[in-house]
Amino acid sequence: MKYSVFSVIQQALRGQKDWKPVWRTPDPQPEYDIIIIGGGGHGLSTAYYLAKNHGLKNIAVLEKNYIGLGNVGRNTTIVRSNYLEPGNLPFYEHSLKLWEGLEQDLNYNVMMSQRGVLNLYHSDSQRDDYARRGNAMMMHGVKADLLNREQVREVVPFLDFDNGRFPIHGGLMQWRGGTARHDAVAWGYARGADSRGVDLLQNTEAKQIRVENGKVIGVETSRGFIRAKKVGIVAAGNTTRVAETAGLRLPIESYILQAFVSEGLKPLIPCVVTFGAGHFYISQSDKGGLVFGASLDFYTSYAARGNLPNVEETIEEAMAIMPSISRVKLLRHWGGIMDMSMDGSPIIDKTSIDGLYINCGWCYGGFKATPASGYCFAHLIATDQSHPVAERLKLNRFETGHVIDEVGTGAQPNLH
Amino acid sequence: MRIPCPFCGVRDSQEFSFLGAAGLQRPDPNAPDAAKLFHDYVHIRDNKAGVTRELWLHSHGCRSWIVVERNTLTHEITGSDYASDVMKEAAQ
Repeated sequence: MKYSVFSVIQQALRGQKDWKPVWRTPDPQPEYDIIIIGGGGHGLSTAYYLAKNHGLKNIAVLEKNYIGLGNVGRNTTIVRSNYLEPGNLPFYEHSLKLWEGLEQDLNYNVMMSQRGVLNLYHSDSQRDDYARRGNAMMMHGVKADLLNREQVREVVPFLDFDNGRFPIHGGLMQWRGGTARHDAVAWGYARGADSRGVDLLQNTEAKQIRVENGKVIGVETSRGFIRAKKVGIVAAGNTTRVAETAGLRLPIESYILQAFVSEGLKPLIPCVVTFGAGHFYISQSDKGGLVFGASLDFYTSYAARGNLPNVEETIEEAMAIMPSISRVKLLRHWGGIMDMSMDGSPIIDKTSIDGLYINCGWCYGGFKATPASGYCFAHLIATDQSHPVAERLKLNRFETGHVIDEVGTGAQPNLH
Repeated sequence: MRIPCPFCGVRDSQEFSFLGAAGLQRPDPNAPDAAKLFHDYVHIRDNKAGVTRELWLHSHGCRSWIVVERNTLTHEITGSDYASDVMKEAAQ
């Protein structure tokens, strides 16, 4: 059923009786042309664009739990393209442009809200650094505004501008950035893929990628063996565990990132605000909860829960810019497993195995990339060529030295 | 998470900083395939789900480098030793 104002009114008059489940629950076929391992945001968008842009039909998405349980439902929902490096910026800008038309494209309300992303700076040298980033963005045709202290005050007057240790001198604003409803993004892509004939196989875990003579032949799953001509791995924090079943070793380490949401408040924070002297980002959901997060827990982990020291760190950073929320109650906090690459940038590439493709290394910036990640990965799987905006996101860049080190910390994933 | 330091005893993990996998061997720069070996040494990781051995620095304590045996699925820590001792044993 196509969603529109008419269908909403019609169903209101009929007592909401005719709404159908938005995707099927099919049984696995013995063979598919393409299997995507991982039914998160990126896996679903890959399947969607394979069907939509490339007209491919015989596709399955394997998801070991249910759709929306993984990182696509665990993030802080921020969408932006304020990157610096030439390998990243065109890719994330492509993604932001897809976000801008996503609701019409999917016929699904993902609650995309371009409310602005404001990165605060706290010193003269940091202002220079942000000016450089803004200039890099503008050279790629992406608008950026360097705001001074008074201009920031107009947008977010309640910040602690005269904090003794971290006074706020101004900020870099990307007005086109903002937030989207993360669950709706997963559901919208799932519905779009399903309606184009993609089989979404929930509760179907990929156990072993089967390879014969250097070519992929299928995937052993918890519901039996499924043959496939091409297989794409989009398994986020579990990328290493899936890839090692095909004998691949990757430049990836898995870490936990925690996220937090407070009790619902009346509208307070108009845009996304990030703290420049640490690593803290906060916005307010349409429901009123403050959604925020900070750095990784700094050690490798596959446990999707964090430790308390990072909770303390996050709250301290919140207090450094926004003491007004000190009495707000925390509703819940949770963790997700991040696929941290060695240079902090993603990988969308073929592998050394014929027919096996990989999409990983999203670190903790994967949500905003959801549309372009699927768009470019679908392009790669369908045509065997990298999409122009993703051509630097190669697996072999660590061998050739063309790493994309956005933060400049070297091969230390926990520092990106 | 609390980490047993062989010198200081059991201490809060906040006193430590994490480097990564222990036991990586720096390759011979004169080897014919040195470029490949160094790529693997710097960038490729096992990233195991389960018991791992990793290097931690007791930076806010005795400043010893230690090797900690830890389960990445449960955060359970089952042992630790001075990194220098581990190196000496490996050399023998």
